[in-house]
Amino acid sequence: MAREFAIHSANQNRLPAFTPAGRAGASFKPQHFDAIAAEPTSVGFVEVHAENYMGAGGPPHAALTEIRNMLPVSLHGVCMSIGGMNPLDPEHLARFAGLVERYEPFRVSEHLAWSTHDDVFFNDLLPLPYTDETLARVCEHIDQVQEAIGGPILLENPSTYVLFSESVWKETDFLREIVKRTGCGLLLDINNVFVSATNHGFSATGYLADFPLEHVGEIHLAGHDEQEDDEGAPLLIDSHDRPVADPVWSLYETVIKACGPIDTLVEWDSEVPDWPVLRSEAIAAERILDRYRGHQQDVKRHALHS
Amino acid sequence: MRSTHDLVAANASTAYDDAFGSVLLDPERATPRGVTGPHGKAADKRFNVYRNNVTHSLVTALTEIFPAVARILGEENFRMIARDFLRAHPPRSRLVFEYGHDFADFLAGFAPIRHLKYLPDVARLERAWLDAYHAADRTPLTADDLGALPPEALATALFTPHPAARLVSSDYAVYTIFIAHREGPMPERINAGIAEAALVTRPSLNVEVRRLDRGQFLFLKTLSQGAPLQNAAGLALESQPDFDLQAAIALTIESGAFEGCRAGNDIDEKD
Amino acid sequence: MSTKTALTAAYIAGTVAAALSAGTLATTTAAQAQEKEKCYGVSMAGKNDCAAGPGTTCAGTSKVDYQGNAWTYVDAGTCTTMELPGERMGSLEPLDRDLPS
Repeated sequence: MAREFAIHSANQNRLPAFTPAGRAGASFKPQHFDAIAAEPTSVGFVEVHAENYMGAGGPPHAALTEIRNMLPVSLHGVCMSIGGMNPLDPEHLARFAGLVERYEPFRVSEHLAWSTHDDVFFNDLLPLPYTDETLARVCEHIDQVQEAIGGPILLENPSTYVLFSESVWKETDFLREIVKRTGCGLLLDINNVFVSATNHGFSATGYLADFPLEHVGEIHLAGHDEQEDDEGAPLLIDSHDRPVADPVWSLYETVIKACGPIDTLVEWDSEVPDWPVLRSEAIAAERILDRYRGHQQDVKRHALHS
Repeated sequence: MRSTHDLVAANASTAYDDAFGSVLLDPERATPRGVTGPHGKAADKRFNVYRNNVTHSLVTALTEIFPAVARILGEENFRMIARDFLRAHPPRSRLVFEYGHDFADFLAGFAPIRHLKYLPDVARLERAWLDAYHAADRTPLTADDLGALPPEALATALFTPHPAARLVSSDYAVYTIFIAHREGPMPERINAGIAEAALVTRPSLNVEVRRLDRGQFLFLKTLSQGAPLQNAAGLALESQPDFDLQAAIALTIESGAFEGCRAGNDIDEKD
Repeated sequence: MSTKTALTAAYIAGTVAAALSAGTLATTTAAQAQEKEKCYGVSMAGKNDCAAGPGTTCAGTSKVDYQGNAWTYVDAGTCTTMELPGERMGSLEPLDRDLPS
């Protein structure tokens, strides 16, 4: 069944069992702590990057503990390197599972990407070719993560700037097959769809029509920058440093109209504005969710048509 | 120049991360083979987005971890040096806040700033600050804990360092320079040639940095290495005849440098 | 006064007692209660995130040239305000000053 990706911890009821209840969320940045604490209901949930809470202690954990007692928290890993050919780092996996145990996030997600190779950490979400071999590797890694945390994760579609000539799978088919083999859900980043579609000259609505929307447990929205490629064509950069672009809002509304409300997060990672600006982006997403509330569709019958 | 193409194995899908990994940090190397734009378009600028992401994100991390060093050098200079550093010393930890433990040594060996002799120690102190920030949460040793030891056990008492505590000593004015560049105000001139030591602690949530005199530094360093109180006091007094043991004990409690204390075994009187 | 005679067990015990009873120990509990306000609102140093760098594609591709005089004219930092007695002043130097010519 779609969108049932709750993690069932052994320590149930230790922390409030919040869910977003159909409201939109925002990235949690420590500089927004006071504003959020003053009015926790201003947002439906927050999402944190797991790695920023992998220190032993200190202010990050103190702040997250308070936030977790006010709001539902979604845990978003950014450097598990699921898409790499190297084995997962057991130490990192253990730290990740430790956070799930400690904070009881209502949702856990990671990326279809890699960031570490032969012990060098590149601090970026790097792309992979879509082949039978990488498919098997990714599924093996997701199995390991899900086993470590005792529940399913959502896997996020990437934004990419290059393609691989050896790819034989369409990204949407690759993701669908991963879901089938591992039981994971999907995190649909609509900004990533728009960025990749523009960069690679395919139709974003066509991609969404092919996307296994029935497995989407969360949606991400974010802003992007515009540059040029080698031949002067637009090349979008997934910069997370500005408001969500209009065409991304349109695609988002198309998806919500077809699927009904899906938990939605607005990401903002650099040039982070004051809380009211980020909050207003979440409110804009919520308005779209509200518009289609009570109109939950059967996505199999009302699939997107490009 | 060696082409990168030969690095791509016959079975290319096992080698994409080898191919990326070997050239991401080296602008002299070509875009890996098999990396393209749509419809086989050229992808050099596209691939450079990844080079840029990696470099920019790590340089930015270093400016955040070493803000005083960045102010001293000027941001533009710092970013150039940071870029050289990360190409030579890319991160081995996936946790960005763990990056730069070898940055101070790199600065010490970097010819164009060799004359800024205080700079590596400022970097050491900044790295220690971030270690303390993320260190495990422990209640520091209290006056009551120490007072609970029997008086006859105090001379041989042993102290367990608090996980956040760090000591940095320098031949230069590392504390004064650090404070001026991180908390201000910035004095008109700083005599960088005065030797200083610093103690970094985080008794609760705030990281605290204190200047230590020579005796205090030796006292805390000796205690934190597991030596009995009597030995630490003796070493401090040898190096600094006016060492104030009472003040140093008060500092030991107030700073949160230790987590606990216990009665030790009798000291071997060897001499 | 020799170190040895000064640091008897009785002297150490007396000094510890004096330090603990002097009433000069800073009380940290009140200060700690206010700490969270100060520390929570601070942006983390060295963050993991999933944002791509800003639009420029030069940071990862350009090389650094420390040769020539470029550095002597860069006056952005505060190193010129730091004095090291008997040493060169703190300004940045082009690399060739430090190489045998």
